[in-house]
Amino acid sequence: MQLKFTEADEQFRGEVSDWLIDNLAGDFSSIRHRGGPGDEHVFVEERKAWEGRLAEGGWTCIGWPEAWGGKSATIEQQVIFNEEYARAGGPGRVGHIGETLTGPTLLAFGSEAQKQRYLPGIRAGKELWCQGYSEPGAGSDLSAVRTRAVLDESGQSWRITGQKVWTSLAHESDFVFVLARTDLAEKGHKGLGFFLVPMNQPGVTIRPITQLTGTAEFNEVFFDDALCSSDDIVGEPGQGWKIAMGLLGFERGVSTLGQQMLFQTELDEVVRIARHNGTGQNPAIRQRIAEAHIGLRTLRYNSLRMLSGGDDGSLSREAMIYKLCWSSWHRNLGKLAMDVLGPDAEIMDDAPYSLTRLQSLFLFTRADTIYGGTNQIQRNIIAERALGMPREPRGES
Amino acid sequence: MNFSFTDEQLMLKDSVEGFLTENADSGIVRQAMASESGVDENLWQKICAEMYWQAILVPEECGGLGLGLVEAVIVLEQMGRFLTPVPLAAGIQSALALRTLADQPQAHTLLAGLAEGRLLGLAHTAARPSWGASGVGVIANSTVNGWSLSGEARFIATGDLATELLVVAKIGSDLGLFRLAADQTGVALSKMPTMDQTRPMGVLQLHDVTVDSESCLSLDWAEQLEAVLDYSRIALGAEQVGCAQASLDQSVAYVSERVQFGRTIASYQAIKHKAADMMLKVESARSLLYYAACVGDEALTDAASSEDLQEAAAMLASSAGDAAFFCAGTGIQLHGGVGITEEYDIQLYFKRARSMEAYLGRPDEQREVLAAMLLDQGGSHAA
Repeated sequence: MQLKFTEADEQFRGEVSDWLIDNLAGDFSSIRHRGGPGDEHVFVEERKAWEGRLAEGGWTCIGWPEAWGGKSATIEQQVIFNEEYARAGGPGRVGHIGETLTGPTLLAFGSEAQKQRYLPGIRAGKELWCQGYSEPGAGSDLSAVRTRAVLDESGQSWRITGQKVWTSLAHESDFVFVLARTDLAEKGHKGLGFFLVPMNQPGVTIRPITQLTGTAEFNEVFFDDALCSSDDIVGEPGQGWKIAMGLLGFERGVSTLGQQMLFQTELDEVVRIARHNGTGQNPAIRQRIAEAHIGLRTLRYNSLRMLSGGDDGSLSREAMIYKLCWSSWHRNLGKLAMDVLGPDAEIMDDAPYSLTRLQSLFLFTRADTIYGGTNQIQRNIIAERALGMPREPRGES
Repeated sequence: MNFSFTDEQLMLKDSVEGFLTENADSGIVRQAMASESGVDENLWQKICAEMYWQAILVPEECGGLGLGLVEAVIVLEQMGRFLTPVPLAAGIQSALALRTLADQPQAHTLLAGLAEGRLLGLAHTAARPSWGASGVGVIANSTVNGWSLSGEARFIATGDLATELLVVAKIGSDLGLFRLAADQTGVALSKMPTMDQTRPMGVLQLHDVTVDSESCLSLDWAEQLEAVLDYSRIALGAEQVGCAQASLDQSVAYVSERVQFGRTIASYQAIKHKAADMMLKVESARSLLYYAACVGDEALTDAASSEDLQEAAAMLASSAGDAAFFCAGTGIQLHGGVGITEEYDIQLYFKRARSMEAYLGRPDEQREVLAAMLLDQGGSHAA
């Protein structure tokens, strides 16, 4: 067990940090600390330009193989990059779906032509992706997707019809990957396909969803005979579920330490307020602040265990608890922030509905325990996969 | 950065698990509980002779293994899991106390004794009102030839078995550390009757016990006591993680057998979600345990500050204390009616979790330590 990074890793850290300090300046200084969950709707054009700058510096897709423009960075280096990125106030990445989900999926399951067509655009920060998984009737039960993909008579293209929901950054994206049913006679995990679909076409309509924060970062995406070339199904028809599930395992938690840096900034702000407004002397608040401190450090050591685990790609016990841990921690922090602020927690930045950072934290963290697998689904996963408890009998879908 | 065990550490873990599975089942625990000392002395002899775990933290020059806290917590986690009725944690605590005395020849001799399996108890506190310096209940007065000690120390982890004791005593406003033999005149060492019977605790009464000046190992041991308490919290955290893990495992095993409404109750989400919450607490405490053990090892070589050690120990004590009690308590609930019977082991873990949770400071007291660091003027972590 070794808590410290190696000298070579620390040198890499210096490189990353120097580059970020030099480049998150001038026009880009306004987007420091902006974007990301709960703040995804701001500075989109500037953040797109930032993707280009990152790409020029060689800082997109660093975990990809060098053959595809990456750095073949080790897990440690990826962790360090994410940490330094967060420390420097790097804005929420509009390119993260392509880099962390589409790219690794294509590298693992894509055809040579698909890699040639799509990887360079992601690496260059020029083509943005969004995710087409959830549907109104397929949330926790993702395999209930009803969006259909039908190969037309010519055999040249698929026609996609249906509705996706909770799609972040849909209106900014060039492409969406879509899980759709290729065999209408099949149910559940069978008969699904994984498609790469251009967003800018008549068959695709986007409608933003206004959230409790008054802002909109999620969308509904409607497909009405949308076109997808027959070259753009990943794998074979019927393999969609396997590919979709593989994709969820790619991220390997390298961004978790960066995420924790953002959490630390939020916790520090709450602690600072508590010290100044006197609530820091209230015994109940003191207990909760200490709990928050412990919880965040627990996330860190959970991540380090997770990242130090074997390279077999299987999900370890500490990886399985991670989502449940961070989402609950973050939601509790939002409430703690409100309690520390007391009566002032109500006062907004501006009329008509401009939330302060902590109000936004409080409201948007209610989503944390829902998206990406609700806390209840996470508990099912832990019980069934880590503890080997039986699955609940299923109803007819 | 590598937060995983080395091959040697993994081998140690396997050998501990293998040995305890074979030699320390629940029947052994219950026999020891019913015995006068509360300890399985044969098992202790066997461990000392064959496994040598008592020597983990004893430096090599004193005949020990010269390993660190990471190795100690690997062994103690399994001890907590099996409720192994031997005074290993006590020996580790005493070794850590003696290591604060650096190059003293007496400490060297005592450490060598620990490596041979001698029972040396740390008598540090009466635990009224606290486990730290303010709770020290023995007073030392200097005499012509040495010292006279009077007062009480409780919760001595060697129970009533120690042949020799390290006694923390007040000297005016300072703290001193003394050694004395358990059979000396004026010394009364006995076992405290405790609700948790898996972990015997001793109580020491001293009435004008005279010792020579040689027996005073330190005249200024207050800071060292704080460090030893923090190291002990890390060792205790390992037992708590083991206790929490066993509570989870036994509960999952039980609900997987128990059938109601035509299904095993393990298939109901109401049960599964409780089990998931238990695992979350076990793994979270385990992550903090490994971190704290690493910090402890750094502190032993002065590579980590006493504040870092205190913070790590407080975080672990809060997390592991809560985890053990939550898992054992929830474990009883998942066992249903049989959970409250004497027959099932879950009640043993429940009592053990309670006693460990309070030992060396409750989780809420540990959180207050952290709150002071974060929120008070001059706090070491204040923003």
